[in-house]
Amino acid sequence: MTGWLIRGARPLGGDPADILVRDGAVAQVGPRLAASSARGTQVIDAGGLIALPGLVDLHAHLREPGREDAETVQTGTRAAALGGYTAVHAMANTDPVADTAGVVEQVWRLGRQAGHCDVQPVGAVTVGLGGTRLAELGAMADSAARVRVFSDDGSCVSDARLMRRALEYVKAFDGVIAQHAQEPRLTEGAQLNEGEVSARLGLTGWPAAAEESIIARDCLLAAHVGSSLHVCHVSTAGSVEIIGWAKSKGWQVTAEVTPHHLLLTDDLAQDYDPVYKVNPPLRTQADVTALRQGLADGTIDCVATDHAPHPLEDKETEWETAAFGMTGLETALRVVQHAMVDTGLLDWAQVADRMSLRPARIGRLAGHGNPLAPGAPANLTLYDPAPTEAVDPACHASKSRNSPFVGMVLPGRVVATFLRGVPTVLDGKLA
Amino acid sequence: MPAGLSASVGHKSGHKPVLDAADIGRAVTRIAHEILERTRGAEDVILLGIPTRGVPLAGRLARCIEQVEGRPVPVGSVDITMYRDDLRLRPARALGHTDLPTAGIEGKTVVLVDDVLYSGRTVRAALDALNDLGRPRAVRLAVLVDRGHRELPIRADYVGKNLPTSQREVVRVLLAEVDGQDAVLLGASPAAGTPGRQEGARP
Amino acid sequence: MNRHLISAADLSRDEALLILDTADELARVADRPIKKLPTLRGRTVVNLFFEDSTRTRISFEAAAKRLSADVINFTVKGSSVAKGESLKDTALTLEAMGADAVVIRHSAAGAPHRLARWVRGSVVNAGDGSHEHPTQALLDAFTIRRRLGGGREAPAGAADHQADHQGEGLDGLKVTIVGDVLHSRVARSNVLLLSTLGAEVTLVAPPTLFPVELGGWPCTTGYDLDAALPKSDVVMMLRVQRERMNAAYFPSEREYSRRYGLDSSRMALLPQHAIVMHPGPMNRGVEIAAEVADGPRSTIVEQVANGVSVRMAVLYLLLSGLDPAKATTGADR
Ligand SMILES: [Zn+2]
Repeated sequence: MTGWLIRGARPLGGDPADILVRDGAVAQVGPRLAASSARGTQVIDAGGLIALPGLVDLHAHLREPGREDAETVQTGTRAAALGGYTAVHAMANTDPVADTAGVVEQVWRLGRQAGHCDVQPVGAVTVGLGGTRLAELGAMADSAARVRVFSDDGSCVSDARLMRRALEYVKAFDGVIAQHAQEPRLTEGAQLNEGEVSARLGLTGWPAAAEESIIARDCLLAAHVGSSLHVCHVSTAGSVEIIGWAKSKGWQVTAEVTPHHLLLTDDLAQDYDPVYKVNPPLRTQADVTALRQGLADGTIDCVATDHAPHPLEDKETEWETAAFGMTGLETALRVVQHAMVDTGLLDWAQVADRMSLRPARIGRLAGHGNPLAPGAPANLTLYDPAPTEAVDPACHASKSRNSPFVGMVLPGRVVATFLRGVPTVLDGKLA
Repeated sequence: MPAGLSASVGHKSGHKPVLDAADIGRAVTRIAHEILERTRGAEDVILLGIPTRGVPLAGRLARCIEQVEGRPVPVGSVDITMYRDDLRLRPARALGHTDLPTAGIEGKTVVLVDDVLYSGRTVRAALDALNDLGRPRAVRLAVLVDRGHRELPIRADYVGKNLPTSQREVVRVLLAEVDGQDAVLLGASPAAGTPGRQEGARP
Repeated sequence: MNRHLISAADLSRDEALLILDTADELARVADRPIKKLPTLRGRTVVNLFFEDSTRTRISFEAAAKRLSADVINFTVKGSSVAKGESLKDTALTLEAMGADAVVIRHSAAGAPHRLARWVRGSVVNAGDGSHEHPTQALLDAFTIRRRLGGGREAPAGAADHQADHQGEGLDGLKVTIVGDVLHSRVARSNVLLLSTLGAEVTLVAPPTLFPVELGGWPCTTGYDLDAALPKSDVVMMLRVQRERMNAAYFPSEREYSRRYGLDSSRMALLPQHAIVMHPGPMNRGVEIAAEVADGPRSTIVEQVANGVSVRMAVLYLLLSGLDPAKATTGADR
């Protein structure tokens, strides 16, 4: 097996160093490694590039099986690799739903075959995402896919008793319930954050309280049964506050925020372009500010994309009939640089923490999210923060084009991604 | 709406006066007398001005005829905006008033009054408008200035002043009721206009 | 003027007045033996209705026909619009037919915005979900100006056709709009337009039927109808849908009409000159009592007639000078 010598990259944005990768693992990291150690290896000049541990996404919709017109595991993982990811969690709302060992194993196997990054299936909490009966969580945990994260994402486990049981049950195999927090009665027909913009546009409002009330309830339940709760795509200032309060109690609560909620606000909906329609909805500038602050101070543990590809016809419609969701895998790191690094809120070591180390820990992925140190699996991303370019979804590897960042000038470029020592992306293209 | 152009501005921008207030007064008086002659005392005559400046002109003619004949002549206006043939080509404009004398135009001799006769398209539109308002016995045309360059087979029955012009020139009629003073100015067109676009003094 | 009329916010005061002044002139065409003008001959106006509204469609149809436009009525039944794709498909069809203007009514807010991206012609919003209904606001403004313009006391009875209100706004008039503000496109458009024209707008509704945040809406709000009426020159009653009851917006029709309905005893609180408006269709006995709706101070029938004049004005002003193919070479016709 050949190795790679990565010359002059800046691990976590620090001083330049060489990184020697051999047999799928990091062999050496240090300033100017001897040429002898490079024998039999290919050399990459990575001067000026930032080296990060391979990114880990806790929340992506790869759509297979069922909606292969929107995305497949093959195209979705290509997009992930191009975005610097070495592992993605595939959400369970497929058709059929990933609520049995059979389906999660199928998704897991498709990921292995594609080979662009590790695909870790998320199992449904309830049968068919129906919200009434627990799915066979244990069977999914024991399957080849070794499922640890369970979520009904797309719908909320709103029944308090059922949520309590799910949280309790997964303790047996160190699982975590990832909740899509949306009180269903408060959001019937909801279209857009309830506020000035929804009032003006005449779109049914989506109150922040619908998210916050579920989060508060779930924190209390998790504390009561001593289990782990993960809060998906936190979108409001109030949610950040509640999560901070739960953490201050020492409860096992973690949370994620999406790149789009770190950057975009509800007023983008003013022309009713459904590319800005997403669940949870874009909120206000005050929310964006609080989310950034929460991610910076660690109240929010990580960034997760909620990559939600949709075919054109599901977005080229009236706002009310359009599908919820945005693509995000290929732009996440650039958005985080723009919203968090260039604003001085995070340094690159913290970016590694929020986009690799912590999500890997929450997802229970031992092989990912490790420091760039000898012995660790060689999952890493080389990123150039210097260039700026307008986002053009037509160039994306995702099968879908529904990027809300279309036309925005964002910094940065993923130059290379390595999965266990093998490049999946080189020079910004699939290897 | 055409902005009222003061004479001083007109002179400065290279417009030279071709008729002054006295000339205009004489022209109106002469037209009034011709109308009286040819309509046997203006019996059954209705004067209809075409907005904007045809309306005050019609009023002046009416007063003139009344002074001579000792009885009032019905006056009104007929707006032609909705009958123009160039609506697609120009930004939307405010409508003028259409005001018919209470007796209507049925069986009457209508004298259309306008300030400048140029391509003839305005008059064509006015004839169409009249057609929707009733059936006059006859329609005549009176204009203060005829500057030539007709694009339609239309001629005026009463002309205050024949003014030979080139198509590159602009004729501006100023009337006290609208512009604060009476004058007819002739000047170079800022853009080379064609008759179809530029009817008389309408900007 | 913009190419489209989608929101009342698109209109400046001058543009709104131009529409009202034009409508004033065009209203007189209705009194002529020949009610037709040749203005839009050869132009095609499509009435694209995704939602049933016979009255609005007929009003636009009459307006277009009086201007000699060719009118195509395109009604898409709600049930066949299973998915939104049909809006785009329909837009492409209209493009192929060469529609110069598309008048669209749709149950989804923002549908006219979407349509405007897909067609070259002018888009006129004839009501989109809970968003806006700008021509309704224009006809309301027109009706108010005719009745109350110039600060004169309204002559009880028919509109005063001789009055010349050209160039006049609604400055200082106090308009109270009552009812389901949250779901009302009529309220949204009227707040925007009437305030542009200088009126002082007050919204009155139960708290459940207000948006949670009214932010920069140019109006004041209240929950007490009886307190607002004595100060009103105009009171506009909005239709309240019975099904709102089921979503707990209010307890019962009875209670709604007791607190927010306009009946004879509340009429007594209004100043003598004040007028009563309703965009229709009415729920007699709920938001408005029959004797009020049919009373001499009600403008409800006039509003319908004025709707045609206002829509004629809108179509004329939008479609003038808007022939992209010819506009560039137009000078050398
Ligand atoms: Zn979700």
